[in-house]
Amino acid sequence: MAAAAAVEAAAPTDALWGLVHDFVMGQQEGPADQVAADVKSGNYTVLQVVEALGSFLENPEPRTRARGIQLLSQVLLQCHSLLLEKEVVHLILFYENRLKDHHLVIPSVLQGLKALSLCVALPPGLAVSVLKAIFQEVHVQSLPQVDRHTVYNIITNFMRTREEELKGLGADFTFGFIQVMDGEKDPRNLLVAFRIVHDLISRDYSLGPFVEELFEVTSCYFPIDFTPPPNDPYGIQREDLILSLRSVLASTPRFAEFLLPLLIEKVDSEILSAKLDSLQTLNACCAVYGQKELKDFLPSLWASIRREVFQTASERVEAEGLAALHSLTVCLSRSVLSADAEDLLDSFLSNILQDCRHHLCEPDMKLVWPSAKLLQAAAGASARACDYITSNILPLLLEQFHKHSQSSQRRTILEMLLGFLKLQQKWSYEDKDQRPVNGFKDQLCSLVFMALTGPSTQLQLVGIHTLTVLGAQPDLLSSEDLELAVGHLYRLSFLEEDFQSCRVAALEASGTLAALYPVAFSSHLVPKLTEELRVGESDLTRGDGPTQCSRHLCCLQALSAISTHPSIVRETLPLLLQHLCQVNKEKEPSVLRKVLLEDEVLAAMASVIGTATTHLSPELAAQSVTHIVSLFLDGNVSFLPENSFPSRFQPFQDGSSGQRRLVVLLMAFVCSLPRNVEIPQLNQLMRELLELSCCHSCPFSSTAAAKCFAGLLNKHPAGQQLDEFLQLAVDKVEAGLGSGPCRSQAFTLLLWVTKALVLRYHPLSSCLTTRLMGLLSDPELGPAAADGFSLLMSDCTDVLTRAGHAEVRIMFRQRFFTDNVPALVQGFHAAPQDVKPNYLKGLSHVLNRLPKPVLLPELPTLLSLLLEALSCPDCVVQLSTLSCLQPLLLEAPQVMSLHVDTLVTKFLNLSSSPSMAVRIAALQCMHALTRLPTPVLLPYKPQVIRALAKPLDDKKRLVRKEAVSARGEWFLLGSPGS
Amino acid sequence: MVGGGGVGGGLLENANPLIYQRSGERPVTAGEEDEQVPDSIDAREIFDLIRSINDPEHPLTLEELNVVEQVRVQVSDPESTVAVAFTPTIPHCSMATLIGLSIKVKLLRSLPQRFKAPVISLPDGRAHYPRDPRLRACSEQATCR
Repeated sequence: MAAAAAVEAAAPTDALWGLVHDFVMGQQEGPADQVAADVKSGNYTVLQVVEALGSFLENPEPRTRARGIQLLSQVLLQCHSLLLEKEVVHLILFYENRLKDHHLVIPSVLQGLKALSLCVALPPGLAVSVLKAIFQEVHVQSLPQVDRHTVYNIITNFMRTREEELKGLGADFTFGFIQVMDGEKDPRNLLVAFRIVHDLISRDYSLGPFVEELFEVTSCYFPIDFTPPPNDPYGIQREDLILSLRSVLASTPRFAEFLLPLLIEKVDSEILSAKLDSLQTLNACCAVYGQKELKDFLPSLWASIRREVFQTASERVEAEGLAALHSLTVCLSRSVLSADAEDLLDSFLSNILQDCRHHLCEPDMKLVWPSAKLLQAAAGASARACDYITSNILPLLLEQFHKHSQSSQRRTILEMLLGFLKLQQKWSYEDKDQRPVNGFKDQLCSLVFMALTGPSTQLQLVGIHTLTVLGAQPDLLSSEDLELAVGHLYRLSFLEEDFQSCRVAALEASGTLAALYPVAFSSHLVPKLTEELRVGESDLTRGDGPTQCSRHLCCLQALSAISTHPSIVRETLPLLLQHLCQVNKEKEPSVLRKVLLEDEVLAAMASVIGTATTHLSPELAAQSVTHIVSLFLDGNVSFLPENSFPSRFQPFQDGSSGQRRLVVLLMAFVCSLPRNVEIPQLNQLMRELLELSCCHSCPFSSTAAAKCFAGLLNKHPAGQQLDEFLQLAVDKVEAGLGSGPCRSQAFTLLLWVTKALVLRYHPLSSCLTTRLMGLLSDPELGPAAADGFSLLMSDCTDVLTRAGHAEVRIMFRQRFFTDNVPALVQGFHAAPQDVKPNYLKGLSHVLNRLPKPVLLPELPTLLSLLLEALSCPDCVVQLSTLSCLQPLLLEAPQVMSLHVDTLVTKFLNLSSSPSMAVRIAALQCMHALTRLPTPVLLPYKPQVIRALAKPLDDKKRLVRKEAVSARGEWFLLGSPGS
Repeated sequence: MVGGGGVGGGLLENANPLIYQRSGERPVTAGEEDEQVPDSIDAREIFDLIRSINDPEHPLTLEELNVVEQVRVQVSDPESTVAVAFTPTIPHCSMATLIGLSIKVKLLRSLPQRFKAPVISLPDGRAHYPRDPRLRACSEQATCR
C-alpha cells in the first residue's frame, strides 16, 4: 500500500523532471506552461519544482542557469497566489542573491521578483530588502527596455501594497528610484516612471534633500517632443506623455522654484508646441501653488504672457495665454494672507492695468482687443479681481466713449464695456450696494441710450446687448431707467427693413427683459402697442400702403416677443385674439374659420398640442383621451365650455372637409400620449383612421389619418390585436394600390405604416419594405417611392418621435441599411434603364442619413454604384450622391483615392451641369478631393487647374466662389508648407 | 493662403497698427440663387477674393489693415479689365512688394482667363513692379494661372 503510493508519487515527479529537462536543455517553451498548470491544479508543489530544477539553478554555465531560473520565474508568475510565507522568504533570499549573478541571468531574476512582488504572503520587511538589493546590485538603465519595465513594475507593485514599509526607507527610496529612472528613454517606460514619481509626491513619500534631483530627472523631458512611429503597436500618443509629465511637474509647490524659470524660458522660445505646453503646465500648476511660490516670478510671467497675447500669430497660444493669466489671478486671489503680508494680487493687477490701460484709449489700433482680453481674463478670476479691475476700467472707458466721436470707435469701446459688465454676472454680491457698477449706473445708462439713438446700426446693436446685460443685474436699473429703456425698445421694434438685424436684436432684448421686469413692460409698452394695433386696424380697413402693413406686422411681432412672462401673456393674448376677430370681421365672417383651417395654422396648433400632451400627468391624460376620442368618434361636444355649435361634429362620417382636416389635431394628441395610457374605442378609431387615410378627396386629412394610424401602431403592444390592425392595413394598402383613384393615398399609408414598424424592429417591416422597393419600378409611384426612403430614414417632428413616447430603436437606420441595401443594389442591376434612377435615388437617401462611421466599412462595395449614380441624369440623384461623397472624401481619403481617376472626371463633368446646385456641390467635391494623399493627386494637378478655369467664369457668383476656393486649394497641392 | 506666413520672432516693423473692421460675408440675394439670372463680376467680388489674404507681418488680413479697400478696386466685366490699388500700412513698407505679388497671384488664379492682366498699383499711381528679379519673374510666370 505504502509502496504503491510511493510509486504513484514518484511517477509524476519523474514526469516533472522530464518537463524541466525539456525546457532547460531542450530549449522548448511549452513545458513552462505545462508545469505552471500542474502546480496550479495541485499536482506538484513549488518545492517539488525547485527540487526538480535542482542542479540547473546552480549550473556553472550561465545560460543553463538563466534557463533554470526562467522556468521557476514563469511558474511563480502564474502561481504566486499559492505560495506560503515560508516559501516566499526562501525564494526572495535566493533571488536577491542571484541579482549579483551574471548579466544573462538578471532578466529571469527580475521576472521572479516581479512575481514575488505580487505575492500577498510576503512577510514585512522583505519588500524593502528586495528594493535595496535592486538599487544596489542592478544598473537598471543598462538593461533592455523589457527588463527596465519589469523593474518599474516591481516598484509599482510594492508601492501599491507596502506603502508604509517603503516610507520607512525614507529619502533613500526616492534617491534609489531617481537612479533607476535617470536616463530612461523609452516612452512606454516613461509613462510608468512618471506615474511612480507622481505617486511618490502625491502619497507623501519623503523626498528629503532630493527635491531638485527628482525635478531634474523628470523635467529634462519637458517639453515632450515625441512622434509615435508609424504603425506603432503600443499606441502611445504624444498627448499621453505630455499629460503624464504635466501631472508630475504640477503636482507639488515644492517644484515651483525650479519649474517656473523653466516654463518662462520655454514660453519665450520660438517653438509653438513648447509655448502651448508651458502655458498649459503653468495653468495646471496654479491649482496647487500659492502666493509664496509665485511671488518672485510674477513680473516675468506677466511679461511673457503679455508678449504672447500681444504678438502671437496663433489663436491657440493667445487662448492658452489668457487661460494661464486667468488661473494665475485665481491662484493669487485664493491665498489666505497673514495680517502683515502684502497682497500680491493688488500689485499684480495694477501691473496689468498699467500695461494695458493706455491701449484701451486707442480703439482703432491692433492692441486694443488683446489688452481688453487680458484684463477680462484677470477680472474673470475672482470677485476681488473683478472689483479692482472694473472700478479702474469703467471710468476710463466711459471717458473714452465721450472722447471719441466716430461711431466705429465708440462701438469698440462699448463692446469692451459690455465684456466687463458681463463678467459682473459671474459674481453674486450678497450686498448689492457693494457692487462696483452701482456708482456708474447713471453714466452707463445715459451712454447706452446715446448708443441706441446713434446713427450707426452696429453701435445700436452693441447698445441693445449692453442694455440686456445691465438689465440682468438685479435691482440695478431704476424704474425711470426702465421706462426710458422700454421707450427705446419700442422705437427700435419699428425700424425699417434696412435695419432688420437691429430690430431682431431689440425684440430679443424685449423678450429677455420683459421676463425680468413684467411690470415695466405691461405698464409702458403694452398700452403703446395696443394703441398701435388699433390704429393699424383702421388703416388696414382703409387699405393703406405697404408701409402701414409692415408697421402692423412689427407691432404683432413685438407683442409676441414680450410675451415671455405669464402676467404679460395674460394681457397680450386677449389682445391678439380680439385683433384677429376684428381684422376678419371687416372682411367676410367666414374668413376666420378659413384662416384657422389652413395647413400651416393647423400644423402649428398640432405641434403645440403634441408638446403639451407629452407632458400631461397620467390622470389628466386618461381623462382627456376619453373626451377627445369620443369627440372625434361620436361627436360628443359636451365637455367643451361653449358648446353652441351650429352643426354636428363628425369628422369621420360625412362631416365637411373642414372638420376632416381637424384629424391632424387628433393625431397630435393621441400620438404624443405616453404608451401606458389606454385609448378607448381603439378598434373603431383605427378602422375610421384607415378608412379616412384612403379617402381621396383631401390629401391633407388622409395623410394626417395615415400618420395617426402609424403613430398608434408603433406604440401598440405586440399581440393579436396588433396583428389584426396590421392585417387590416395591409389589405387596405393592397386594395388601394391595385388601381383606381386612391393609389397615392394607399402608398402614403404604406409608407407611414412601414416607418412605424421599421422604428420598432417589427418582423413585418421587412415585408412592407420589400413591397415599397417593388414600387420603385412602378411608372407612376416610382419617384414617390424613391423619396419615401428619405422619410423612412429621417426623424419626424410631429409623430413617431422619441419625445412623443414612440418606440424608436436607436440603431434602426443601421439595421435598415444592412437589411435592405443589398436588395436595393440587386434591384438596381435588375431594373430596366428608365427606372434605374429611382433605385439610385432611394439608395442615396438611405446612405445620406446613415452615420458616417457605419458607412465607411461598406464603401468598397457601394462605391461603384455611387460612381454610377454620378452619371445618372437626374439632378436630385446627382446632388444627393455628391453630398454623400463629399464627407467620405474628407473622412476616408484612403479608400477614395483608389477611384481618383473616375472621381476627377465625373466631378469635372458635373461642374458644368445645367443645375446650379449640382455645379456647386461638384466643385465642393473637387475641393474635398484635395484631402486625398498628395502623391495620388499630383498627376491630375495640371489637368484639374486647367479645367477649373472654366467655372471661374460661371454666370452664377455662388458657383464662381466654390470654383475659386477649389482651384486655390489645387494650386497649393504639393507646395511646401501645405 | 497666398502670401501667408509670419516673419518669426524678429521685431515687427509696425507692432501696433490701426485695425479696420471686417466686412461680413456677402449676403446671398434672391437674384444670386435664381438659376437664370447671370451675376456679373463686380468690385465686391474682386474685393472678396483679396480681402482675406494675410499680411506677411501680422495675423491680420489685408482688409483689417486697410491695405485693400473695395472703393479702390476698378473692374469691368464686359471689358474684362481689373485694377487694384493698395496702400501699405506705413510708407516705404519693405513688405509692399510681397503684398502686391500676393494680390496679383491670387487674382491670376481666381479670375477667368479673359481678364488678361490684373493691374496692381500703389495709390500714388506708380505701377507695382517688383525690383527683386526673383519676385518679378514670379509675378510674370505663366504657371501662376
